[in-house]
Amino acid sequence: MIYKNRGDKPTKTGFGEGLVDAGFDNKNVIALGADITSSVGVNLFAEKFSKRFFSLGIAEQNCVGVAAGLALSGKIPVFSTYGVFAALRAADQIRISVCYNNLHVLIGGAHAGISVGPDGATHQALEDIAVMRVMPNMTVISPCDATQTRIAVKAAIEKVNGPVYLRFGRNAVPDFTATDQKFKIGKADVLQDGDDMSIIATGHLVWEALKAAEKLWKIGVGARVINLHTIKPIDKNEIIKAARETGAIVTAEEHQIAGGMGSAVAEVVSENHHVPIEFIGMKDSFGESGQPEELLKKYGMSSEAIFEAAKRVLKKKRISTLI
Amino acid sequence: MKQIDNIEELRKISKEIRKDVLTSINAAGSGHTGGSLGLADVFTVLYFNVLNHDPENPNWADRDRLVLSIGHVAPVHYATLARAGYFPLKELKTLRKLGSRLQGHPGKDHGLPGLELSSGSLGQGLSIAVGMALSAKIDKKDRQIFSIHGDGELQEGSIWEAAMSASHHKLDNITAIIDRNHVQIDGKTTDVMKLESLSDKWKSFGWNVINCNGHDHNDLINVLNEAKNYKGKPSVIIAETIMGKGVKSIENNHTWHGKAPSDEELENFVLQLEIY
Repeated sequence: MIYKNRGDKPTKTGFGEGLVDAGFDNKNVIALGADITSSVGVNLFAEKFSKRFFSLGIAEQNCVGVAAGLALSGKIPVFSTYGVFAALRAADQIRISVCYNNLHVLIGGAHAGISVGPDGATHQALEDIAVMRVMPNMTVISPCDATQTRIAVKAAIEKVNGPVYLRFGRNAVPDFTATDQKFKIGKADVLQDGDDMSIIATGHLVWEALKAAEKLWKIGVGARVINLHTIKPIDKNEIIKAARETGAIVTAEEHQIAGGMGSAVAEVVSENHHVPIEFIGMKDSFGESGQPEELLKKYGMSSEAIFEAAKRVLKKKRISTLI
Repeated sequence: MKQIDNIEELRKISKEIRKDVLTSINAAGSGHTGGSLGLADVFTVLYFNVLNHDPENPNWADRDRLVLSIGHVAPVHYATLARAGYFPLKELKTLRKLGSRLQGHPGKDHGLPGLELSSGSLGQGLSIAVGMALSAKIDKKDRQIFSIHGDGELQEGSIWEAAMSASHHKLDNITAIIDRNHVQIDGKTTDVMKLESLSDKWKSFGWNVINCNGHDHNDLINVLNEAKNYKGKPSVIIAETIMGKGVKSIENNHTWHGKAPSDEELENFVLQLEIY
């Protein structure tokens, strides 16, 4: 593995740290709480800037509307709760109050993916990317580790002038991206080069993709690993380049296959340079309780599943070149 | 903007606004006639007497804010904005047409001056007012936030989430105005989903509740100023109104919630307005 894990750390901590960074840099940043502030990292901001934190209780629809009102008055509001509630409970408020008004509101979707674990299906956000990416004006970010999440929060506040949905996970995962990385919203990171096929991953599965690539290397397959941290606007150039140069793609995300990051990649590939794709993600089902690694394994989102998908897509690539 | 205190003059403006509502909806061929007519007096008093605003400088930071939560009565808002000088009156005839700044429900990105926000999905405006009011408090500015709601709209749960948060944060710079006309698309509010006791509901949510006649300009001026000056709690004005007010033949008729007058009806309705 060419990347070193500095130690496991939850991406939600990165979210909270990024908010604090942004709070120091910009007095207009305001955070809203929907009761579960310590589960979503907002407590770190509330402790530092108590006058710029407002508790609104368990009322997500109101939180999103209040955020819109603050943004209409020149503030930069951040609202965060579990992704299932942030993206779905208040979807209409996000659509009309935030997106139709094109307001700079940062929505943090915590507990992304099945790796939420023991809480089970109700709290595992597996549909949020699909719903958020179809909202006009919305930017959708899904960073891969705590360090990148921290940097992404700052970028979302400083570099975007519209609504942003940023999803992050619950459990501690390898923290490996560089602290001085050049993070650009809308520009995918090529973490590892390779010519035989590409793995395009997002969120926690980026680390799993790197593990799968290592295994593939051992059997003589050079896999390109791309961290697609921004799902919208999508980095078309990097995706088309991967399709052209490697001829086969596996996408990997902790999300429903339907409508998710893989679907977004497929939209680009099918319109520009057609190559076979295998999709790693939830197959139209709900999750369940269990330990994160058990769930990733059972629902086919582990590094082994990515490795197997890579072998399948390589076979398809061979067949398509024979034709 | 210069404040008009003369009640006769305000009444005349309301009549003009009602005519504009009818002609613009007639030209569009669709739109919400009943509620728009019913709110003409409230809008007149707000824009010509109560609101601190400047049509020459619509984005002036310290202006009072008006949040139209019921986007479907856009025609009365547009007519009032035009009468106040935000844009030419002749533009009212572009309502609901392709490329118009006057969208069927308000769309901010179409660039109509004086419009604070896009709206049209019910139950969202009070939350936005709460956000605007919090912002004014943070900045220590005394701008006032007014929001306009339908009575049927109060059936949306999100309104009560917002109501709870406004009193929790003591946002006395909010005045919510309820267009209490007792009707909604399917019929009477008491039959569709009863709202009474409405005053008690707001009181128990920690609001200062004021009742008034939504067609009496004098009463409206008094209660809006009373609400503006009330300290410690947000205020709600429950304005008793008549849907379709001014056109006798359609008053209180819920089938006129979302119907446009034909050319023939327009002529007749304008005559009814003249004698009103």
